[in-house]
Amino acid sequence: METHVHDVLVIGGGGAGLRAAIAVAETDPALRVAMVSKVYPMRSHTVSAEGGAAAVIKPDDSLDAHAYDTISGGEWLCDQDAVELFVREAPEEMLRLEHWGCPWNREPDGHVAVRAFGGMKIRRTWFAADKTGFHLLHALFQTSLKYASIARYDEWFVTRLLVGEGRCLGVVALELASGEMHALLAKAVILATGGGGRVFPFTTNANIKTGDGMALAYRAGVPLKDMEFVQYHPTGLPFTGILITEAARSEGGWLLNKDGYRYLQDYDLGRPEPTPVLRAMELGPRDRLSQAFVKEMEKGRTIETAHGHVVHLDVRHLGEPVIEAKIPFVRELCLTYEHLDPVHELIPVRPVVHYMMGGVHTDLTGATPLPGLYAAGETACVSINGANRLGSNSLTEILVFGARAGRAAAAYAARAPAPTGPTRAQALDEERRVLSKVRGDGGGGERVATIRTAMQRALEAGAGIYRDEVGLRRAAEGIEGLKARAQGVTLDDRSHTFNTEVVAFLELENMLDVAEAIVHAALVRRESRGAHQRTDFPARDDNRFLAHSLAYRSPNGPPRVDLLPVTITRWPPGERVYGR
Amino acid sequence: MPQTVTIEIRRYRPEEEAEPTWQRYEVPFWREWMVLDALNYIKDHVDGTLSFRWSCRMGVCGSCGMMVNGNPALTCATYLETLVPGPVQVEPLRGFPVIRDLVCDLTDFITKLQRVQPWIVRETEGTPAQGEYRQTPDELAAYRPYAMCINCLLCYAACPIYELEPGFLGPAVIALAQRYNLDSRDQGREARMDVLSEHDGIWACTLVGECSTVCPKHVDPAGAIQRYKLDAAVAWVKALVLPRSGR
Amino acid sequence: MNPAYRRHHPKWYRARMPIFWWFRKAAYFRFIARELTSVFVAYSSVLLLVQLRAVAAGPEALARFTAWLHLRPVVALHVVVLLALLFHTVTWLHLAPRAIVIRLGRRRVPDVAVLLGHYGAWLAASGLVVWLLRL
Repeated sequence: METHVHDVLVIGGGGAGLRAAIAVAETDPALRVAMVSKVYPMRSHTVSAEGGAAAVIKPDDSLDAHAYDTISGGEWLCDQDAVELFVREAPEEMLRLEHWGCPWNREPDGHVAVRAFGGMKIRRTWFAADKTGFHLLHALFQTSLKYASIARYDEWFVTRLLVGEGRCLGVVALELASGEMHALLAKAVILATGGGGRVFPFTTNANIKTGDGMALAYRAGVPLKDMEFVQYHPTGLPFTGILITEAARSEGGWLLNKDGYRYLQDYDLGRPEPTPVLRAMELGPRDRLSQAFVKEMEKGRTIETAHGHVVHLDVRHLGEPVIEAKIPFVRELCLTYEHLDPVHELIPVRPVVHYMMGGVHTDLTGATPLPGLYAAGETACVSINGANRLGSNSLTEILVFGARAGRAAAAYAARAPAPTGPTRAQALDEERRVLSKVRGDGGGGERVATIRTAMQRALEAGAGIYRDEVGLRRAAEGIEGLKARAQGVTLDDRSHTFNTEVVAFLELENMLDVAEAIVHAALVRRESRGAHQRTDFPARDDNRFLAHSLAYRSPNGPPRVDLLPVTITRWPPGERVYGR
Repeated sequence: MPQTVTIEIRRYRPEEEAEPTWQRYEVPFWREWMVLDALNYIKDHVDGTLSFRWSCRMGVCGSCGMMVNGNPALTCATYLETLVPGPVQVEPLRGFPVIRDLVCDLTDFITKLQRVQPWIVRETEGTPAQGEYRQTPDELAAYRPYAMCINCLLCYAACPIYELEPGFLGPAVIALAQRYNLDSRDQGREARMDVLSEHDGIWACTLVGECSTVCPKHVDPAGAIQRYKLDAAVAWVKALVLPRSGR
Repeated sequence: MNPAYRRHHPKWYRARMPIFWWFRKAAYFRFIARELTSVFVAYSSVLLLVQLRAVAAGPEALARFTAWLHLRPVVALHVVVLLALLFHTVTWLHLAPRAIVIRLGRRRVPDVAVLLGHYGAWLAASGLVVWLLRL
């Protein structure tokens, strides 16, 4: 087994990971930083983000307005010190990305243009047509190529964190092309592996989003925070789950039920106006819109299709020039995946799992409770997203907190001693575990796909948009049973060369850990807040639950879930008002 | 409509065989399915040993490019319906070394990409405090088409020159270099010219034009290369006529 | 078993390019045809030079050359050359919009306009030659 030594390891090559790696390289070019990613960086899921990234830049906007939209949108579960810092550093990070070549849309005078997004009082979303994530990722990746001190391990899959002397000392990774396991030692490790939407059957998330970083941290004893909060985006294409960006609504699109009626007016989201009104109707927050869909379905006013119930997104009245200029990707996706042209036809949409507000517990610098371990992006929970993330905050978050984690890790690595201790034994142990799976030892004939599908169904049934005790208990039992069954998986593929089946198995293990944390955190939170709606506890309960959940893994049995009070600075909890 | 469709896959298992072989699979046929859905059906239910890359399944991550019936295509955006009755032949992208089955090696592309300095080059870098570099919508429109490249490498698979001369920088890399050259914020045109005007750069291209035909994002790399040739030729003539002028 | 494989050392497969790769696709064939017809372009240039030399050498030489041109096999050859030249010219002109991108503000001048411009230039040049010959 080969051992490679670095100062800082960044796990994951998406927006947060790239930003973190660049931050390390800029903080101290002498530090040996390496990025380990299971896919080539430009394949990362940041690429799929469409609508834009929020930051205050226009004179009519203010940091407080951005903070208030974020905090009320997150139903007062955001840590307000984190939000204040986030909105303050956001413009600088976005400008830096502009300097790195991101092709932001522009005003005629050459300034960056902004558009509105859901739950936003003032327009502040920077955008690159409706491929913002794509452009942001490629600009970051291409810029990262200029830093000689950033080494990359592309298509290496991290299977375990090395922990000793009470700190994180590196990782063990599988090199896909050769099938060889490697030990990578470092003084600091940054997790930037994205979310885990693939634990659900119907998601906008790419195949690679299997909660790897969350599971790595969870198994190393680091708590996962606020995992019960899973965001459903209100407008996904049926069957594929492909996202139709919120920008379609911010540019003036309408949501219609089967009678062609703008049904959101029945759910306390304001009056239907012909042109978009900020923080109202179709520009309400995602949790409320997705919940309104379920209510509308219960009233029998949605459209039944072969791929579930849908409502219609209508952008026809915007006309072809606006659609081509502002949301061309929406048209491209509809033409390719639905055989329809939104210039002339209605787009069928339904809520779809999109984002995890929860993640690895970190402080404002991205540091986790385990010294030497950092996390940033969707993997992490700082928390700025609270109970419901505001659209266009996540791209900004990966920049702000990717950079912060990179700087903090660089500072830590500069003073920490070189990794020593029991790393060799741990790494060899992990090599044995993974390679025995490839050999097919002790398998019980189960298939990865069977267990994965069962897990996704259990989670959708028990931990979907609306939840209750009975359903969550059933899901928890289901996941527990599946975790046991997963050990009986037998792989068809015994090859050491690009064995994608063993990766799928390891990802399944990760997803089962993430699913367990989601369900158990949801059981503990006996209230309804943001994206977590309990039909048996329909009210918000600030007395007991103005607090984050922290799920700690137990070696056997369900996780322990603790509560940690939310940090409130200037915005006391209040009512969430939209359209009034 | 048929109930099933035959998929023939070019398989290469380096541990077992020195040459690739064809393997046939029968998969159910659904109208909604892309070629990628059929591959995933095989992987999940029939044969877990089949190796291929995929991720976003919405035509933007660039992972799932393969040869489908001899043409480079994103399998997540190619309907099975357009290929029935079949059989549908799936092979790894042409022109690249094959690691296993449908997975090929991309390191050559990444190395070449880095050589053309695909980032904004400035004599003095701005600080965030100075605000954004101004860029008008017209200036944005000048390079944006080339910024749409998703690095799926279908253009390389379509290019016989790359297959004949693996040293050739190739369509996507040159288009991306041109993306930065045409960006009003960039000052790196001269630095990139050294690499691009090498023997393996723009002059290796003999304008087959297939790269632009297969590009799923309408980047038109062939156009980027020809424009660059024109620029380089004009610069050369200028240097000949006015040898002392700085640029 | 593949005897060349060593554990943990990927053994890539590199396909060899067939000699007749240009039969794989109509587009490749057109490309090769366009490239090969450039031989005829070169031939016609040489022919013109030879003709000029004959003119310079006096009426006798020119008469000999013209007689050669009237030989049946030579006429047949030159019909083929003409067709090849036309093919080369047309395919070449159709590539022109690729290299020449003219922007008027945010709009790109459509390829058809660039193409028509080239055909226009071709016609004008031909017209000029005809006019010169008539003098």
